[in-house]
Amino acid sequence: MFRQVAIIGVGHVGFRPLTPDLSYKELMYEAAVKAYDDAGVDPRSDVDGFVTVAEDFIEGTSIFDEYVPDQLGAVLKPVHTICGDGLHGFVAAYMQILTGAMDIVVVEAHSKASNVLTLEHVMAYAMDPVYNRPLAVNPHFVAGLEMNRYLAETWTTREQCAQVVAKNKRNALYNPAAAYGADIEVDAVLRAEMVADPLSRMDISPHADGAIVMVLAAKEVAEALTDVPIWVQGVGWCNDSFSLENRDWSAAIYAAKSGEMAYRMAGITSPWQELDFAEIDDTYSYKELQHMEALRLCRPGEAGPLTEEGATELSGELPVNPSGGSLGMGHLLDASGLARLLEVVLQLRGEAGPRQLPDVETGLAFGWRGIPTTSGAAAILSN
Amino acid sequence: MGMRKVAVVGAGMTRFVRRAQETGRELAYEASKMALDSCELTLDDVDGVALGTAPDSFDGVHMKGEYLSDAAGAWRKPFLRCYVGGGTGVFAPIQGWYHVASGLFDVCLVVCEEKMSSCQPHPQGAFLTIFDHTTERALEPNLLWIFALEMNRYMHMHGLQKKDIALVSVKNKRNAADHPCALLGNPDITVEDILNSEVLAWPVQRLDVSPVSDGAVALVLASENVAKRITDVPVWIKGVGWSLDTAYWTNRDLYYPKYVEYAARMAYEMAGIREPRKEIHVVEPYDPFDYKELHHLEGLLLADKGDAPRLTAEGVTARTGNMPVCPSGGLLGVGNPIAAAGLMKVAEIFWQLRGEAGKRQVPGKPITGLAQAWGDLMQVGTVVILGIHG
Repeated sequence: MFRQVAIIGVGHVGFRPLTPDLSYKELMYEAAVKAYDDAGVDPRSDVDGFVTVAEDFIEGTSIFDEYVPDQLGAVLKPVHTICGDGLHGFVAAYMQILTGAMDIVVVEAHSKASNVLTLEHVMAYAMDPVYNRPLAVNPHFVAGLEMNRYLAETWTTREQCAQVVAKNKRNALYNPAAAYGADIEVDAVLRAEMVADPLSRMDISPHADGAIVMVLAAKEVAEALTDVPIWVQGVGWCNDSFSLENRDWSAAIYAAKSGEMAYRMAGITSPWQELDFAEIDDTYSYKELQHMEALRLCRPGEAGPLTEEGATELSGELPVNPSGGSLGMGHLLDASGLARLLEVVLQLRGEAGPRQLPDVETGLAFGWRGIPTTSGAAAILSN
Repeated sequence: MGMRKVAVVGAGMTRFVRRAQETGRELAYEASKMALDSCELTLDDVDGVALGTAPDSFDGVHMKGEYLSDAAGAWRKPFLRCYVGGGTGVFAPIQGWYHVASGLFDVCLVVCEEKMSSCQPHPQGAFLTIFDHTTERALEPNLLWIFALEMNRYMHMHGLQKKDIALVSVKNKRNAADHPCALLGNPDITVEDILNSEVLAWPVQRLDVSPVSDGAVALVLASENVAKRITDVPVWIKGVGWSLDTAYWTNRDLYYPKYVEYAARMAYEMAGIREPRKEIHVVEPYDPFDYKELHHLEGLLLADKGDAPRLTAEGVTARTGNMPVCPSGGLLGVGNPIAAAGLMKVAEIFWQLRGEAGKRQVPGKPITGLAQAWGDLMQVGTVVILGIHG
């Protein structure tokens, strides 16, 4: 039997396309202060451990871990970095509490994407240096290839993908933290400049800056500190093959395996019936559909038609990305997964404002680390 | 509440070399395979993978963890990469520990890989980018400089001379002569050799410093019920600890590593150790520079402040001494592929406690051992305590 763990505090800054007025340290500090205040904890005396997620090349600093403790109030405390999505950092924090050695652990993720002037050049260094880098492959080109494969295998259409963009940008209009809300039609997405056929400019989520901090606590502590603990019911994470050459290009195996692990822990057998809503990675429009199918929210090929019918809208049967997702809020690099989780927490607490879903009890968050990775992580929360 | 027990049941290690012909992925694969073979497991038995590797700028691979993931056995498995700079090698098994201790995993493969030779002309170039971009980077500080500052401060506070410290380098390079994977083992090296080597940044001379190297190390961790099925001699993780100090290293007194003390106290408490000097029988502190071994022994509370050089001079820390320190040969002798070197220290304690260290075996059947690493901007301590009694 696992120890019960809850999220007892959340704080975020942003999300904005540019933050020339704030350094990454200030973003982290502000989000942390809000989260500690929300949870009613003092980082110096109450928190047992800290986890941050970061990648050196994105930060522009080698061994970025050095610059984590000060602005989190974590000096001379157990702190470590996970090079992963925010949800990977979250599962690392969660596991530390499950061991019984720690009662309160904090996880932080941030994006200062606007500081990265040449993201595509940085991403080129993520390609296998022997096999792929000499080809100078653009990550969006790889996504275009994958989208083609996914559309062909599942009979999904470009229009259905465009529907995802329209839905998420419309949801974002109801989210004051979202940077890219818009009332647009499917045609606008289809007519947008082609980046890597069949991927248009509007199928790709634009970047934003911001920071998110969450405070996790074991049941005994959580119940003493908050009236609205949001319980962790299950977590799962998984990598598929790193090689472009021998991975599965149509089904997102990493998402399927992540979901399988999280559902098993949470005792969920029919996700569509048992989940009230989901926040799912939509770095690219087709990814929301592909991930929905991999996460068994529907059968392969059904996500497109369901989206077309409106089943995943705010008023639909299973709302997907009520926050607006990365397409509407802005892609937060490795903080994206934690942004998905943040929305699940806010919805379950009933604090989602004009986009609040009625009577929600259980929600799923899923994050993916982007091209060229096959790295995903999932978490299921309930109130 | 009682914590779930976690054991180390297998270990594997590639040779540490100046320039490996293998790619980083191949090194990670080799160490992982050796570790699994050593306890007769296959990838099918592995539930998840915890990986450690230091700066991406060494190999110029962005998201290096993802690049290494399937080579380290994480194909279609849960995979996390931890990162605490130079402390990563001893943190990775801590990460593996919390995977298993959480109850979510029964078998976790821990892999550390480093390939520094890709960085040309020298990996020191990669370290130019670890400094604060506003206050420090403009000065173009070099790692050797800042460690020279720290070494100076340590020598000054305790009235030490270079020859007191060179003894560490001599001991470790001699110990490494018995390690089949070592890069710089030398049974005949003397204090004069150290003192006569090229000055890099006074008081740091070439032979005070560990070499840059390529290599990989892997461990297999298992829960109690699985460990007892796999082996008759599981080595238990008795305690873990880690602590990260402020990034503003210029505001700290560098003569004493408080973060190592905090990490050690956390690990001692978990292991129920009250008198570390009596209860720790073999030690692998982090020794990328010879003075660091002394510095860390003091931080680990295994020597009084300023007293570690005396223990070294009197042979207490020799392989046959009362408290053998770096019987493997340490980073100074075996080599320093950063994350892999840290995990090598945990592997050495594993082999020493099992009595499998061959010519490096310390006498007296040690029961409890400690491995420690250090990293970031003279800032982080990571500690693992292993023991053969559950």
